[in-house]
Amino acid sequence: METMITVQHLSKSFGTHEVLKDINFSVKKGEVVSIIGSSGSGKSTLLRCINLLEKPTGGEIIYKGENILDDKHNVNQYRTKLGMVFQQFNLFNNHDVLNNCMVGQVKVLKRSKEEAQKLAMKYLKVVGMDQYIHAKPKHLSGGQKQRVAIARALCMEPDVMLFDEPTSALDPEMVGEVLKVMKELAESGLTMLVVTHEMEFAREVSDRVVFMDKGVIAEEGIPEQIFNHPTQERTREFLKRTLKQNI
Amino acid sequence: MSFDWIIKIFTENWPMFIRGAGITLLIALIGTIIGAMIGLIIGVIRTIPIPEKGMKRALLKFINAILSIYIEIFRGTPMIVQAMVIYYGMAIAFGIDMDRLLAAFFIVSINTGAYMSEIVRGGILSIDKGQFEAAHAIGMNHLQTMTNVVLPQVLRNILPATGNEFVINIKDTSVLNVISVSELFFATKSIAGNNFKYFESFFIASVIYLIMTFTVTRILRYLERKLEGPENYNLAGNQMQVDTPKIPSNH
Repeated sequence: METMITVQHLSKSFGTHEVLKDINFSVKKGEVVSIIGSSGSGKSTLLRCINLLEKPTGGEIIYKGENILDDKHNVNQYRTKLGMVFQQFNLFNNHDVLNNCMVGQVKVLKRSKEEAQKLAMKYLKVVGMDQYIHAKPKHLSGGQKQRVAIARALCMEPDVMLFDEPTSALDPEMVGEVLKVMKELAESGLTMLVVTHEMEFAREVSDRVVFMDKGVIAEEGIPEQIFNHPTQERTREFLKRTLKQNI
Repeated sequence: MSFDWIIKIFTENWPMFIRGAGITLLIALIGTIIGAMIGLIIGVIRTIPIPEKGMKRALLKFINAILSIYIEIFRGTPMIVQAMVIYYGMAIAFGIDMDRLLAAFFIVSINTGAYMSEIVRGGILSIDKGQFEAAHAIGMNHLQTMTNVVLPQVLRNILPATGNEFVINIKDTSVLNVISVSELFFATKSIAGNNFKYFESFFIASVIYLIMTFTVTRILRYLERKLEGPENYNLAGNQMQVDTPKIPSNH
């Protein structure tokens, strides 16, 4: 399978604090990779480094054979290829639902309004929010906002979708509707990189699970291996802690 | 009786009062609008993220330094002094005899611009970081992020402060009488100079100022509410349910 993104020797420090140390991993086309780990392990920072919302301190990020950390590389163009879904939704407050999904297409990808609207409606239907096109973000519940945010990212027709703890800011009863959408997307063959605390989602939906601890990838493998036969002591510890909480 | 005098002075001089008020309002309006535009442009420039190295960094640093100096100078000196320095300075340095009204527009605009750029900067800083990140994440550059996402929100947030500037400008244009701009204060001074009824004449002026500022405040309140947007929304494909049923006219 074709490799979408390769991360090599990636490091990131905030001042003297090293958040990521020598990270190496890659995502293949059509693959769903979950990144798990306790808070502060560097999962979100890794995801944010991949679309350059944080500037890595060292290492390389290879996309389509090019190191996108090169100064000459066009960051904005690269970012249109990655769809980002944030923990806090970050819908554009000044636009209604439809425009949230259109503004990037029209302004960045220079698509026509008609084309943009057609795609927006298509993806809003996918997330089940096509009835709400005239609503402003302030009118929506958290789960609805997150589904619109997913549609907004899909409208750019990205190669890879990045999810940064997409359900962590949601009320418990709304987590399900967002996970359902994400599961459907995964089944449709979308390449997805998901930072999550939802162990069930990681276990059932992902092709591969990456466990991070203290800024390094401690263990990675298929869900069956990570959840049932972890080789590392700290993976076992983490799973014991989180799975106990979930019961 | 001074009340009779007030009536008499107004009925005799009302065209002059009204023209003065009109010019005051015009200067304040144009000054506030141009000042707000200056503020928006400077606000956008001052929030451009500075790259770590290269020519662009040096250029941005230089422009930011110039803008800081502009803001400090015009916020740190009284407008009455700026008016004198600019108007007479132009005459001495370049031999330019500025049109007084144009000079008034210029002075009020750049003075307001200095204040507005700080208001805009504050407005931009108050927007949630997530809005910038979401815009960047779909590939928008700084200018696209600003015009499509941030500034529309900033404009709504800074409207009260902008209205405040407008009201201040209506009052502060009175200092332009030092360069003989025929605004309301200057007009009133001329009227009082003819009839020697200073209290009565300026009482009329104060009522006119108050009417202007009060009206402007009300209009801006209304605008703020308008910009809040509707409280409700209709579900798409569901509008038929809220339509008023039509009664056939051909019975």
